[in-house]
Amino acid sequence: MGTNRREFLKSTGKFVLLTSAAALAWDFLEAGTPEAAPNYKLQEHWWAFAVDIEKCIGCGNCVRACKTENNVPLEPYFFRTWVERYHVPKGDIEHPEVDSPNGGYDGFPARYQPGDGSKNFFVPKLCNHCSHSPCTQVCPVGATFESPDGAVLVDKTYCLGCRYCVQACPYGCRFIDPRTMTVDKCSLCYHRITKGLTTACCESCPTGARMLGDLKNPKDPMHEFLRIHKILVLKPQMATGAKLYYNGLDGSVR
Amino acid sequence: MQRFIKDKEHLVRMVGLFLIGLVLFLVVQVLLVPKDFYKFGHFRAGALADNAARPVVFAGRQACESCHPDVVEARKGSRHGIIGCEACHGALAKHADDPGSLKPTRPDARTLCLVCHREDVAKPKSFKQVNPQEHMGGEPCISCHKPHHPETA
Repeated sequence: MGTNRREFLKSTGKFVLLTSAAALAWDFLEAGTPEAAPNYKLQEHWWAFAVDIEKCIGCGNCVRACKTENNVPLEPYFFRTWVERYHVPKGDIEHPEVDSPNGGYDGFPARYQPGDGSKNFFVPKLCNHCSHSPCTQVCPVGATFESPDGAVLVDKTYCLGCRYCVQACPYGCRFIDPRTMTVDKCSLCYHRITKGLTTACCESCPTGARMLGDLKNPKDPMHEFLRIHKILVLKPQMATGAKLYYNGLDGSVR
Repeated sequence: MQRFIKDKEHLVRMVGLFLIGLVLFLVVQVLLVPKDFYKFGHFRAGALADNAARPVVFAGRQACESCHPDVVEARKGSRHGIIGCEACHGALAKHADDPGSLKPTRPDARTLCLVCHREDVAKPKSFKQVNPQEHMGGEPCISCHKPHHPETA
């Protein structure tokens, strides 16, 4: 009888332990491929982006770097990030003249002369990585989503190319990739930031006008940037929870 | 009540069909929806790994500086010190992975400098800008300025 009980406990113990091990292993399998970013912990990050308009010189380095890094089609009208030039006639903040030749890819040809009382500046644009994104809410198949670490990403294997999200984005940050007919947008260089690198556009911005920040990291310089500057997001009235913070954003910017 | 009991067979059949349909739907759903679909929300959790798995094209400043300490030294205290290496030299992750496989080409200073420093009314006033004809009259920039440390002649 004693040996029977021992054997029973042994076999039951084995069964329980091995089952839980299998369950753990199964969870691990379900979690996808961790090899892509082995040391990256999803819950420890909350990504945001800042642009200092007062530093932007409109050189187009970011646009070129982004297209190179992310294999964006080189034709105009396909941009993950682009630069706009604003020309605000004297005292007429309601009617700015905006141009963005090839998204700023080739720089900006001289167009305006100094001394006419106008206001001129560059505004780099990219996905606002909203925390209440209109674009993710309209996706019928769950192919675009806000990741737990604060980036708005696209699941290319699920995207149908229905274009709902392209219309829903109030910032015009999405396009249909003509090669795959699926949607494409700024991924905040997710393949770089999960490896501890900064985005390609930040890497190549010569004046430091662009800044990637992790708001869950208390030592990130982004906190100081947001504290010492007067910060605004685009279209705050739409309550998108945008995390693209601008310093020096003029009221004429749309 | 009498009629209900008399006709209840119709109802039983309908409920039966409905239940079979429901079971079929649930089976198909379990088979088709990936296991990780609702892990973080209404999307496939594996899409995060898909996004993270793409190859890197820009190596990043740290990778450059770990092999080229002489350039780091040359750029110390320079106004150009904040510029990442690949902002001028181009995307060089291939070179960083295997220096022999890709030799970076020297950027053409004549056009490169003016990408940033050509005069434009929309640029911030504090940024150094020149009218290339007035400033140097056809002389290449590098005959006066060193790109890595432009203050020193």
